[in-house]
Amino acid sequence: MENLGWILLEASIKAFVILNIVLLGAAASVYLERKVSAAIQDRIGPNRVGPFGILQPFADVFKLFFKEDIVPQAADKLFHALAPVISLGVAIAVYAVIPFAHYVEINGVKYYLGIAPDVNIGFLFILAMTSVGVYGITLAGWSSNNKYSLMGGLRSSAQMISYELSMGLSLIGVVLISSSFSLNDIVLQQSGWKWNVFLQPLGFLIFLVSAFAETNRAPFDLPEAEPELVGGYNTEYSGMKFGMFFLAEYANMATSSAFITLLYFGGWQLPFPAEWLGLQEGSIGLALAQFTTFMIKVGIFVLFFIWVRWSIPRFRYDQLMNLGWKVLLPLSILNVILTSIGVLIFK
Amino acid sequence: MNINTENIEKNRMTFWEKIYLPEIARGLGLTLKRMFRQKMTRQYPEERWEPLGSYRGRPVLVEEGGKERCVACGLCSRVCPALAIEVQAAETPDDKERFPAKFEINMLRCIYCGFCEEVCPEEAIVMSKDYELVFASQESAIMNKEQLLVPIAQLQDRLEFLRRYK
Repeated sequence: MENLGWILLEASIKAFVILNIVLLGAAASVYLERKVSAAIQDRIGPNRVGPFGILQPFADVFKLFFKEDIVPQAADKLFHALAPVISLGVAIAVYAVIPFAHYVEINGVKYYLGIAPDVNIGFLFILAMTSVGVYGITLAGWSSNNKYSLMGGLRSSAQMISYELSMGLSLIGVVLISSSFSLNDIVLQQSGWKWNVFLQPLGFLIFLVSAFAETNRAPFDLPEAEPELVGGYNTEYSGMKFGMFFLAEYANMATSSAFITLLYFGGWQLPFPAEWLGLQEGSIGLALAQFTTFMIKVGIFVLFFIWVRWSIPRFRYDQLMNLGWKVLLPLSILNVILTSIGVLIFK
Repeated sequence: MNINTENIEKNRMTFWEKIYLPEIARGLGLTLKRMFRQKMTRQYPEERWEPLGSYRGRPVLVEEGGKERCVACGLCSRVCPALAIEVQAAETPDDKERFPAKFEINMLRCIYCGFCEEVCPEEAIVMSKDYELVFASQESAIMNKEQLLVPIAQLQDRLEFLRRYK
Protein backbone atom coordinates (compact mmCIF):
# COMPACT_ATOMS: atom_id res chain seq x y z
CA MET A 1 0.00 0.00 0.00
CA GLU A 2 3.04 2.23 0.48
CA ASN A 3 3.48 2.01 -3.26
CA LEU A 4 0.01 3.46 -3.87
CA GLY A 5 0.81 6.40 -1.59
CA TRP A 6 3.91 7.21 -3.63
CA ILE A 7 1.99 6.97 -6.88
CA LEU A 8 -0.68 9.33 -5.55
CA LEU A 9 1.96 11.77 -4.31
CA GLU A 10 3.74 11.69 -7.66
CA ALA A 11 0.49 12.20 -9.53
CA SER A 12 -0.63 15.08 -7.35
CA ILE A 13 2.71 16.88 -7.70
CA LYS A 14 2.49 16.44 -11.47
CA ALA A 15 -1.14 17.56 -11.43
CA PHE A 16 -0.21 20.70 -9.51
CA VAL A 17 2.57 21.57 -11.93
CA ILE A 18 0.48 20.84 -15.00
CA LEU A 19 -2.51 22.79 -13.68
CA ASN A 20 -0.27 25.81 -13.29
CA ILE A 21 1.16 25.30 -16.77
CA VAL A 22 -2.35 25.10 -18.20
CA LEU A 23 -3.61 28.23 -16.47
CA LEU A 24 -0.45 30.16 -17.31
CA GLY A 25 -0.80 28.91 -20.87
CA ALA A 26 -4.39 30.14 -20.98
CA ALA A 27 -3.26 33.53 -19.68
CA ALA A 28 -0.48 33.60 -22.25
CA SER A 29 -2.90 32.83 -25.06
CA VAL A 30 -5.25 35.59 -23.90
CA TYR A 31 -2.30 37.97 -24.09
CA LEU A 32 -1.28 36.59 -27.49
CA GLU A 33 -4.82 36.91 -28.78
CA ARG A 34 -4.99 40.56 -27.81
CA LYS A 35 -1.56 41.36 -29.19
CA VAL A 36 -2.07 39.51 -32.48
CA SER A 37 -5.53 40.95 -33.04
CA ALA A 38 -4.09 44.39 -32.35
CA ALA A 39 -1.28 43.82 -34.83
CA ILE A 40 -3.72 42.67 -37.50
CA GLN A 41 -5.87 45.75 -36.95
CA ASP A 42 -2.91 48.16 -36.98
CA ARG A 43 -3.11 48.72 -33.23
CA ILE A 44 -0.57 48.19 -30.45
CA GLY A 45 -2.66 46.23 -27.96
CA PRO A 46 -2.24 46.06 -24.19
CA ASN A 47 0.95 47.83 -23.09
CA ARG A 48 0.16 49.36 -19.71
CA VAL A 49 0.27 46.51 -17.17
CA GLY A 50 3.83 45.31 -16.79
CA PRO A 51 6.48 45.36 -19.53
CA PHE A 52 4.74 45.20 -22.94
CA GLY A 53 1.49 44.58 -21.05
CA ILE A 54 2.29 40.95 -20.31
CA LEU A 55 0.48 41.13 -16.97
CA GLN A 56 -2.76 42.21 -18.67
CA PRO A 57 -4.49 38.79 -18.40
CA PHE A 58 -3.79 38.71 -14.67
CA ALA A 59 -5.17 42.21 -14.27
CA ASP A 60 -8.27 41.07 -16.16
CA VAL A 61 -8.75 38.08 -13.90
CA PHE A 62 -8.29 40.17 -10.73
CA LYS A 63 -10.86 42.60 -12.06
CA LEU A 64 -13.29 39.74 -12.73
CA PHE A 65 -12.80 38.47 -9.17
CA PHE A 66 -13.92 41.82 -7.77
CA LYS A 67 -16.96 42.10 -10.04
CA GLU A 68 -20.44 41.48 -8.74
CA ASP A 69 -21.77 38.05 -9.60
CA ILE A 70 -25.24 38.58 -11.02
CA VAL A 71 -27.56 35.58 -11.33
CA PRO A 72 -30.86 36.19 -13.15
CA GLN A 73 -33.91 35.67 -10.96
CA ALA A 74 -35.48 33.17 -13.36
CA ALA A 75 -32.27 31.19 -13.80
CA ASP A 76 -31.79 27.66 -12.55
CA LYS A 77 -29.34 28.53 -9.79
CA LEU A 78 -27.67 25.12 -9.49
CA PHE A 79 -26.94 24.61 -13.17
CA HIS A 80 -26.14 28.25 -13.66
CA ALA A 81 -23.34 27.83 -11.14
CA LEU A 82 -22.37 24.39 -12.38
CA ALA A 83 -21.98 25.17 -16.08
CA PRO A 84 -18.76 27.23 -15.91
CA VAL A 85 -17.24 24.66 -13.56
CA ILE A 86 -17.96 21.89 -16.07
CA SER A 87 -16.49 23.95 -18.88
CA LEU A 88 -13.25 24.79 -17.11
CA GLY A 89 -12.96 21.44 -15.30
CA VAL A 90 -13.26 19.47 -18.52
CA ALA A 91 -10.85 21.78 -20.32
CA ILE A 92 -8.25 21.17 -17.62
CA ALA A 93 -8.97 17.45 -17.14
CA VAL A 94 -7.85 16.72 -20.68
CA TYR A 95 -4.27 17.57 -19.72
CA ALA A 96 -4.14 14.48 -17.51
CA VAL A 97 -3.24 12.30 -20.49
CA ILE A 98 -1.13 14.69 -22.53
CA PRO A 99 2.56 13.76 -22.48
CA PHE A 100 4.65 16.92 -22.28
CA ALA A 101 7.95 15.09 -22.82
CA HIS A 102 9.14 11.50 -22.81
CA TYR A 103 10.51 10.46 -19.41
CA VAL A 104 13.12 11.32 -16.84
CA GLU A 105 15.09 8.48 -15.29
CA ILE A 106 16.18 9.08 -11.69
CA ASN A 107 17.81 6.20 -9.78
CA GLY A 108 16.57 3.75 -12.36
CA VAL A 109 12.95 4.80 -12.01
CA LYS A 110 11.26 6.23 -15.08
CA TYR A 111 9.13 9.29 -14.40
CA TYR A 112 6.86 10.09 -17.32
CA LEU A 113 6.09 13.76 -17.83
CA GLY A 114 2.34 13.98 -17.70
CA ILE A 115 -0.12 12.91 -15.02
CA ALA A 116 -1.08 9.70 -16.81
CA PRO A 117 0.68 9.89 -20.16
CA ASP A 118 1.03 6.18 -20.72
CA VAL A 119 -2.63 5.34 -20.22
CA ASN A 120 -3.57 3.15 -23.16
CA ILE A 121 -6.81 4.96 -23.99
CA GLY A 122 -5.44 8.51 -23.76
CA PHE A 123 -6.69 9.18 -27.24
CA LEU A 124 -10.28 8.17 -26.46
CA PHE A 125 -10.15 10.06 -23.17
CA ILE A 126 -9.44 13.33 -24.96
CA LEU A 127 -12.21 12.73 -27.50
CA ALA A 128 -14.64 11.95 -24.69
CA MET A 129 -13.64 14.94 -22.62
CA THR A 130 -13.90 17.45 -25.44
CA SER A 131 -17.42 16.14 -26.06
CA VAL A 132 -18.35 16.54 -22.39
CA GLY A 133 -17.22 20.13 -22.69
CA VAL A 134 -20.34 20.93 -24.69
CA TYR A 135 -22.45 20.22 -21.59
CA GLY A 136 -20.97 23.26 -19.93
CA ILE A 137 -22.02 25.52 -22.78
CA THR A 138 -25.44 23.94 -23.33
CA LEU A 139 -26.25 24.00 -19.62
CA ALA A 140 -25.13 27.59 -19.41
CA GLY A 141 -27.45 28.49 -22.27
CA TRP A 142 -30.38 26.59 -20.84
CA SER A 143 -30.06 27.51 -17.18
CA SER A 144 -29.75 31.25 -17.88
CA ASN A 145 -33.42 31.31 -18.94
CA ASN A 146 -32.59 33.74 -21.71
CA LYS A 147 -33.57 33.08 -25.30
CA TYR A 148 -30.26 34.27 -26.71
CA SER A 149 -28.30 32.11 -24.30
CA LEU A 150 -30.47 29.15 -25.17
CA MET A 151 -29.90 29.71 -28.88
CA GLY A 152 -26.17 29.82 -28.24
CA GLY A 153 -26.28 26.60 -26.24
CA LEU A 154 -28.39 24.87 -28.88
CA ARG A 155 -26.07 25.93 -31.65
CA SER A 156 -23.13 24.70 -29.67
CA SER A 157 -24.59 21.23 -29.22
CA ALA A 158 -25.72 20.99 -32.85
CA GLN A 159 -22.29 22.06 -34.00
CA MET A 160 -20.57 19.62 -31.67
CA ILE A 161 -22.65 16.67 -32.89
CA SER A 162 -22.02 17.57 -36.54
CA TYR A 163 -18.28 17.95 -36.23
CA GLU A 164 -17.59 15.25 -33.66
CA LEU A 165 -18.30 12.61 -36.32
CA SER A 166 -15.84 13.86 -38.90
CA MET A 167 -13.33 14.62 -36.16
CA GLY A 168 -13.45 11.07 -34.82
CA LEU A 169 -13.38 9.54 -38.28
CA SER A 170 -10.44 11.66 -39.39
CA LEU A 171 -8.51 10.42 -36.36
CA ILE A 172 -9.16 6.80 -37.26
CA GLY A 173 -6.46 7.25 -39.90
CA VAL A 174 -3.86 8.02 -37.23
CA VAL A 175 -4.98 5.05 -35.16
CA LEU A 176 -4.78 2.76 -38.18
CA ILE A 177 -1.21 3.84 -38.85
CA SER A 178 0.04 3.61 -35.27
CA SER A 179 -2.32 0.76 -34.22
CA SER A 180 -2.48 2.20 -30.71
CA PHE A 181 -4.71 4.47 -28.64
CA SER A 182 -1.84 5.48 -26.37
CA LEU A 183 -0.65 9.00 -27.06
CA ASN A 184 2.88 8.05 -26.04
CA ASP A 185 3.03 5.27 -28.63
CA ILE A 186 1.64 7.58 -31.29
CA VAL A 187 4.32 10.16 -30.52
CA LEU A 188 7.11 7.57 -30.37
CA GLN A 189 6.08 6.30 -33.78
CA GLN A 190 6.61 9.73 -35.30
CA SER A 191 10.30 10.00 -34.39
CA GLY A 192 12.69 11.37 -37.03
CA TRP A 193 10.28 13.49 -39.07
CA LYS A 194 7.89 10.58 -39.67
CA TRP A 195 5.12 12.97 -38.74
CA ASN A 196 1.60 11.81 -39.36
CA VAL A 197 0.76 15.02 -41.17
CA PHE A 198 2.77 13.78 -44.15
CA LEU A 199 0.95 10.47 -44.17
CA GLN A 200 -2.45 11.92 -43.38
CA PRO A 201 -2.73 15.34 -45.04
CA LEU A 202 -6.45 14.99 -45.68
CA GLY A 203 -7.13 13.67 -42.20
CA PHE A 204 -5.14 16.54 -40.73
CA LEU A 205 -7.12 19.09 -42.69
CA ILE A 206 -10.45 17.61 -41.60
CA PHE A 207 -9.28 17.43 -38.01
CA LEU A 208 -8.06 21.02 -38.09
CA VAL A 209 -11.41 22.32 -39.35
CA SER A 210 -13.32 20.18 -36.85
CA ALA A 211 -11.05 21.38 -34.05
CA PHE A 212 -12.05 24.95 -34.82
CA ALA A 213 -15.70 23.93 -34.60
CA GLU A 214 -15.13 21.93 -31.41
CA THR A 215 -13.49 24.80 -29.60
CA ASN A 216 -16.18 27.25 -30.80
CA ARG A 217 -13.55 29.47 -32.30
CA ALA A 218 -14.03 31.72 -35.29
CA PRO A 219 -14.99 31.08 -38.08
CA PHE A 220 -17.26 28.63 -36.22
CA ASP A 221 -18.01 30.71 -33.14
CA LEU A 222 -21.75 30.61 -33.68
CA PRO A 223 -22.59 29.85 -30.01
CA GLU A 224 -21.37 33.32 -29.10
CA ALA A 225 -22.11 35.15 -32.34
CA GLU A 226 -22.23 38.67 -30.92
CA PRO A 227 -24.20 40.41 -33.68
CA GLU A 228 -27.04 37.88 -33.54
CA LEU A 229 -27.08 36.51 -30.01
CA VAL A 230 -25.91 39.39 -27.80
CA GLY A 231 -23.19 37.32 -26.14
CA GLY A 232 -24.48 33.82 -26.82
CA TYR A 233 -24.37 31.26 -24.03
CA ASN A 234 -22.49 33.55 -21.64
CA THR A 235 -24.86 36.51 -21.90
CA GLU A 236 -26.14 36.08 -18.33
CA TYR A 237 -22.75 35.44 -16.77
CA SER A 238 -20.67 37.96 -14.91
CA GLY A 239 -17.71 38.08 -12.59
CA MET A 240 -15.51 35.05 -12.25
CA LYS A 241 -18.17 32.72 -13.69
CA PHE A 242 -17.69 34.52 -16.98
CA GLY A 243 -13.96 34.40 -16.34
CA MET A 244 -14.13 30.61 -16.10
CA PHE A 245 -15.81 30.37 -19.50
CA PHE A 246 -13.21 32.71 -20.83
CA LEU A 247 -10.32 30.66 -19.46
CA ALA A 248 -12.00 27.44 -20.60
CA GLU A 249 -12.15 28.73 -24.16
CA TYR A 250 -8.43 29.39 -24.18
CA ALA A 251 -7.60 26.16 -22.36
CA ASN A 252 -9.66 24.32 -25.01
CA MET A 253 -7.76 26.07 -27.73
CA ALA A 254 -4.49 24.97 -26.15
CA THR A 255 -5.87 21.43 -25.80
CA SER A 256 -6.74 21.27 -29.46
CA SER A 257 -3.32 22.62 -30.38
CA ALA A 258 -1.67 20.04 -28.12
CA PHE A 259 -3.78 17.28 -29.64
CA ILE A 260 -2.90 18.34 -33.18
CA THR A 261 0.76 18.46 -32.20
CA LEU A 262 0.68 15.03 -30.60
CA LEU A 263 -1.20 13.30 -33.37
CA TYR A 264 0.13 14.97 -36.48
CA PHE A 265 3.30 16.88 -35.69
CA GLY A 266 5.37 14.48 -33.65
CA GLY A 267 4.44 15.74 -30.17
CA TRP A 268 7.58 16.30 -28.15
CA GLN A 269 9.88 14.77 -30.79
CA LEU A 270 12.84 17.05 -31.44
CA PRO A 271 13.13 18.19 -35.06
CA PHE A 272 16.66 16.72 -35.16
CA PRO A 273 18.26 13.59 -33.65
CA ALA A 274 18.68 13.86 -29.87
CA GLU A 275 22.37 12.87 -30.21
CA TRP A 276 23.15 16.30 -31.65
CA LEU A 277 22.54 17.81 -28.23
CA GLY A 278 24.74 15.15 -26.64
CA LEU A 279 22.05 14.26 -24.14
CA GLN A 280 21.21 10.81 -22.79
CA GLU A 281 17.79 9.26 -23.22
CA GLY A 282 16.03 9.85 -19.88
CA SER A 283 18.21 12.76 -18.77
CA ILE A 284 16.64 15.94 -17.42
CA GLY A 285 18.24 18.05 -20.15
CA LEU A 286 16.66 16.00 -22.92
CA ALA A 287 13.29 16.10 -21.18
CA LEU A 288 13.56 19.89 -20.97
CA ALA A 289 14.45 20.09 -24.66
CA GLN A 290 11.46 17.89 -25.51
CA PHE A 291 9.19 19.96 -23.28
CA THR A 292 10.35 23.15 -25.01
CA THR A 293 9.81 21.59 -28.44
CA PHE A 294 6.30 20.53 -27.48
CA MET A 295 5.47 23.97 -26.11
CA ILE A 296 6.78 25.72 -29.21
CA LYS A 297 4.73 23.45 -31.47
CA VAL A 298 1.62 24.04 -29.37
CA GLY A 299 2.33 27.77 -29.35
CA ILE A 300 2.50 27.85 -33.13
CA PHE A 301 -0.92 26.25 -33.36
CA VAL A 302 -2.39 28.58 -30.75
CA LEU A 303 -1.06 31.45 -32.84
CA PHE A 304 -2.65 29.90 -35.91
CA PHE A 305 -6.01 29.66 -34.12
CA ILE A 306 -5.78 33.34 -33.20
CA TRP A 307 -4.62 34.35 -36.65
CA VAL A 308 -7.57 32.58 -38.28
CA ARG A 309 -10.03 34.14 -35.86
CA TRP A 310 -9.03 37.66 -36.86
CA SER A 311 -8.90 36.90 -40.58
CA ILE A 312 -12.01 34.98 -41.49
CA PRO A 313 -15.64 36.02 -41.07
CA ARG A 314 -18.10 33.78 -39.25
CA PHE A 315 -19.87 31.04 -41.20
CA ARG A 316 -23.61 31.23 -41.60
CA TYR A 317 -25.49 28.49 -39.78
CA ASP A 318 -26.58 26.63 -42.92
CA GLN A 319 -23.06 26.89 -44.35
CA LEU A 320 -21.73 25.40 -41.15
CA MET A 321 -24.09 22.45 -41.33
CA ASN A 322 -23.49 21.97 -45.07
CA LEU A 323 -19.76 21.93 -44.52
CA GLY A 324 -20.00 19.51 -41.61
CA TRP A 325 -22.39 16.95 -43.06
CA LYS A 326 -21.96 17.20 -46.83
CA VAL A 327 -18.24 17.87 -47.11
CA LEU A 328 -16.25 16.88 -44.06
CA LEU A 329 -18.13 13.68 -43.22
CA PRO A 330 -17.80 12.09 -46.71
CA LEU A 331 -14.19 13.25 -46.89
CA SER A 332 -13.35 11.69 -43.54
CA ILE A 333 -14.97 8.39 -44.58
CA LEU A 334 -12.93 8.54 -47.77
CA ASN A 335 -9.85 9.17 -45.66
CA VAL A 336 -10.56 6.08 -43.53
CA ILE A 337 -10.97 3.91 -46.65
CA LEU A 338 -7.82 5.25 -48.32
CA THR A 339 -5.78 4.83 -45.14
CA SER A 340 -7.04 1.30 -44.61
CA ILE A 341 -6.01 0.35 -48.14
CA GLY A 342 -2.65 2.02 -47.60
CA VAL A 343 -2.07 0.18 -44.33
CA LEU A 344 -3.06 -3.14 -45.96
CA ILE A 345 -0.60 -2.64 -48.79
CA PHE A 346 2.41 -1.19 -46.96
CA LYS A 347 2.32 -3.04 -43.65
CA MET B 1 -40.60 29.64 -54.29
CA ASN B 2 -37.26 30.90 -55.37
CA ILE B 3 -37.81 33.13 -58.40
CA ASN B 4 -34.23 34.24 -58.86
CA THR B 5 -32.70 30.83 -59.43
CA GLU B 6 -29.85 32.13 -61.56
CA ASN B 7 -28.05 34.31 -59.06
CA ILE B 8 -27.61 31.94 -56.13
CA GLU B 9 -24.48 31.62 -54.08
CA LYS B 10 -23.62 28.24 -55.60
CA ASN B 11 -23.53 29.66 -59.12
CA ARG B 12 -21.77 32.89 -58.23
CA MET B 13 -18.72 31.16 -56.83
CA THR B 14 -16.04 29.48 -58.88
CA PHE B 15 -14.80 26.00 -58.06
CA TRP B 16 -11.78 27.26 -56.16
CA GLU B 17 -13.91 29.64 -54.14
CA LYS B 18 -16.31 26.84 -53.32
CA ILE B 19 -13.66 24.71 -51.68
CA TYR B 20 -12.84 27.65 -49.38
CA LEU B 21 -9.25 26.76 -48.63
CA PRO B 22 -7.40 28.88 -51.24
CA GLU B 23 -9.52 31.89 -50.34
CA ILE B 24 -8.89 31.31 -46.64
CA ALA B 25 -5.16 31.13 -47.33
CA ARG B 26 -5.42 34.39 -49.25
CA GLY B 27 -7.20 36.04 -46.34
CA LEU B 28 -4.59 34.77 -43.91
CA GLY B 29 -1.86 36.14 -46.15
CA LEU B 30 -3.54 39.52 -46.15
CA THR B 31 -3.71 39.70 -42.36
CA LEU B 32 -0.15 38.42 -42.07
CA LYS B 33 1.04 41.31 -44.21
CA ARG B 34 -0.96 43.71 -42.04
CA MET B 35 0.64 42.38 -38.88
CA PHE B 36 4.06 43.78 -39.70
CA ARG B 37 3.03 47.23 -40.84
CA GLN B 38 4.09 50.40 -39.14
CA LYS B 39 1.64 51.29 -36.35
CA MET B 40 0.10 54.75 -36.35
CA THR B 41 -0.79 54.80 -32.65
CA ARG B 42 0.32 57.83 -30.63
CA GLN B 43 0.77 57.02 -26.93
CA TYR B 44 -1.15 60.14 -26.00
CA PRO B 45 -0.36 61.21 -22.44
CA GLU B 46 3.32 60.45 -22.98
CA GLU B 47 3.61 61.49 -26.62
CA ARG B 48 1.83 64.77 -27.11
CA TRP B 49 0.95 66.22 -30.45
CA GLU B 50 2.42 69.65 -31.18
CA PRO B 51 -0.08 71.40 -33.50
CA LEU B 52 1.03 73.65 -36.34
CA GLY B 53 0.36 77.38 -36.51
CA SER B 54 -2.84 76.76 -38.46
CA TYR B 55 -4.43 74.91 -35.53
CA ARG B 56 -7.44 76.56 -33.92
CA GLY B 57 -7.34 75.73 -30.22
CA ARG B 58 -8.50 77.71 -27.19
CA PRO B 59 -8.92 81.43 -28.05
CA VAL B 60 -6.59 83.61 -25.95
CA LEU B 61 -5.80 87.29 -25.48
CA VAL B 62 -2.36 88.46 -26.59
CA GLU B 63 -0.32 89.91 -23.74
CA GLU B 64 2.32 92.47 -24.74
CA GLY B 65 4.43 94.34 -22.19
CA GLY B 66 2.42 92.98 -19.28
CA LYS B 67 -0.87 94.22 -20.70
CA GLU B 68 -3.49 93.01 -23.14
CA ARG B 69 -3.50 94.43 -26.67
CA CYS B 70 -7.28 94.48 -26.67
CA VAL B 71 -8.98 97.87 -27.03
CA ALA B 72 -12.41 96.53 -26.12
CA CYS B 73 -14.02 97.42 -29.44
CA GLY B 74 -16.43 94.52 -28.96
CA LEU B 75 -16.20 93.22 -32.53
CA CYS B 76 -15.31 89.72 -31.40
CA SER B 77 -18.27 89.63 -29.08
CA ARG B 78 -20.44 90.93 -31.92
CA VAL B 79 -19.28 88.38 -34.49
CA CYS B 80 -19.23 85.35 -32.20
CA PRO B 81 -21.88 82.95 -33.61
CA ALA B 82 -22.16 81.09 -30.31
CA LEU B 83 -22.38 84.22 -28.15
CA ALA B 84 -19.46 83.00 -26.06
CA ILE B 85 -17.60 86.29 -25.59
CA GLU B 86 -18.54 89.09 -23.21
CA VAL B 87 -16.59 92.37 -23.21
CA GLN B 88 -17.00 95.45 -21.01
CA ALA B 89 -14.90 98.48 -21.96
CA ALA B 90 -13.32 101.07 -19.70
CA GLU B 91 -10.94 104.01 -20.10
CA THR B 92 -7.21 103.94 -19.56
CA PRO B 93 -4.50 106.66 -19.58
CA ASP B 94 -2.45 104.49 -22.01
CA ASP B 95 -2.10 105.36 -25.72
CA LYS B 96 -4.84 102.95 -26.70
CA GLU B 97 -7.32 104.88 -24.47
CA ARG B 98 -9.69 101.92 -24.00
CA PHE B 99 -9.21 98.56 -22.34
CA PRO B 100 -11.51 95.67 -21.44
CA ALA B 101 -12.49 95.90 -17.78
CA LYS B 102 -14.10 92.52 -18.17
CA PHE B 103 -13.36 89.94 -20.86
CA GLU B 104 -14.95 86.53 -20.53
CA ILE B 105 -15.13 83.57 -22.90
CA ASN B 106 -17.52 80.78 -22.06
CA MET B 107 -15.58 77.71 -23.20
CA LEU B 108 -18.72 75.58 -23.16
CA ARG B 109 -20.18 77.83 -25.86
CA CYS B 110 -17.05 78.41 -27.94
CA ILE B 111 -17.07 76.49 -31.22
CA TYR B 112 -13.46 77.32 -32.20
CA CYS B 113 -14.54 78.93 -35.48
CA GLY B 114 -11.88 81.63 -35.22
CA PHE B 115 -14.22 84.48 -36.31
CA CYS B 116 -13.14 86.57 -33.29
CA GLU B 117 -9.52 86.40 -34.36
CA GLU B 118 -10.43 87.13 -37.98
CA VAL B 119 -12.40 90.23 -37.11
CA CYS B 120 -10.01 91.63 -34.50
CA PRO B 121 -8.40 94.87 -35.79
CA GLU B 122 -5.59 94.76 -33.19
CA GLU B 123 -4.50 91.10 -33.47
CA ALA B 124 -5.43 90.98 -29.83
CA ILE B 125 -7.39 87.73 -29.72
CA VAL B 126 -5.91 84.65 -31.42
CA MET B 127 -6.48 80.91 -31.39
CA SER B 128 -3.79 79.11 -29.39
CA LYS B 129 -2.50 75.53 -29.67
CA ASP B 130 -4.13 74.56 -26.39
CA TYR B 131 -6.40 71.55 -27.00
CA GLU B 132 -6.55 69.91 -23.58
CA LEU B 133 -9.66 71.62 -22.28
CA VAL B 134 -11.21 69.95 -19.27
CA PHE B 135 -13.45 71.62 -16.72
CA ALA B 136 -14.66 70.32 -13.40
CA SER B 137 -17.76 72.55 -13.36
CA GLN B 138 -19.76 74.84 -15.61
CA GLU B 139 -18.54 77.91 -13.68
CA SER B 140 -14.90 77.05 -14.20
CA ALA B 141 -15.48 76.79 -17.95
CA ILE B 142 -16.05 80.57 -18.09
CA MET B 143 -12.57 82.02 -18.46
CA ASN B 144 -11.85 85.57 -17.26
CA LYS B 145 -9.24 88.00 -18.55
CA GLU B 146 -6.43 86.74 -16.32
CA GLN B 147 -6.95 83.18 -17.50
CA LEU B 148 -7.10 84.27 -21.12
CA LEU B 149 -3.93 86.36 -21.20
CA VAL B 150 -0.97 84.61 -22.84
CA PRO B 151 2.43 86.27 -23.45
CA ILE B 152 3.03 87.13 -27.10
CA ALA B 153 6.22 85.02 -27.17
CA GLN B 154 4.13 81.84 -26.93
CA LEU B 155 1.89 82.80 -29.83
CA GLN B 156 4.48 83.49 -32.53
CA ASP B 157 3.44 80.49 -34.69
CA ARG B 158 -0.16 81.61 -34.88
CA LEU B 159 0.68 85.29 -35.47
CA GLU B 160 3.07 84.27 -38.23
CA PHE B 161 0.34 82.12 -39.79
CA LEU B 162 -2.19 84.95 -39.61
CA ARG B 163 0.19 87.43 -41.25
CA ARG B 164 0.82 85.04 -44.13
CA TYR B 165 -2.64 83.70 -44.83
CA LYS B 166 -5.26 85.97 -43.31
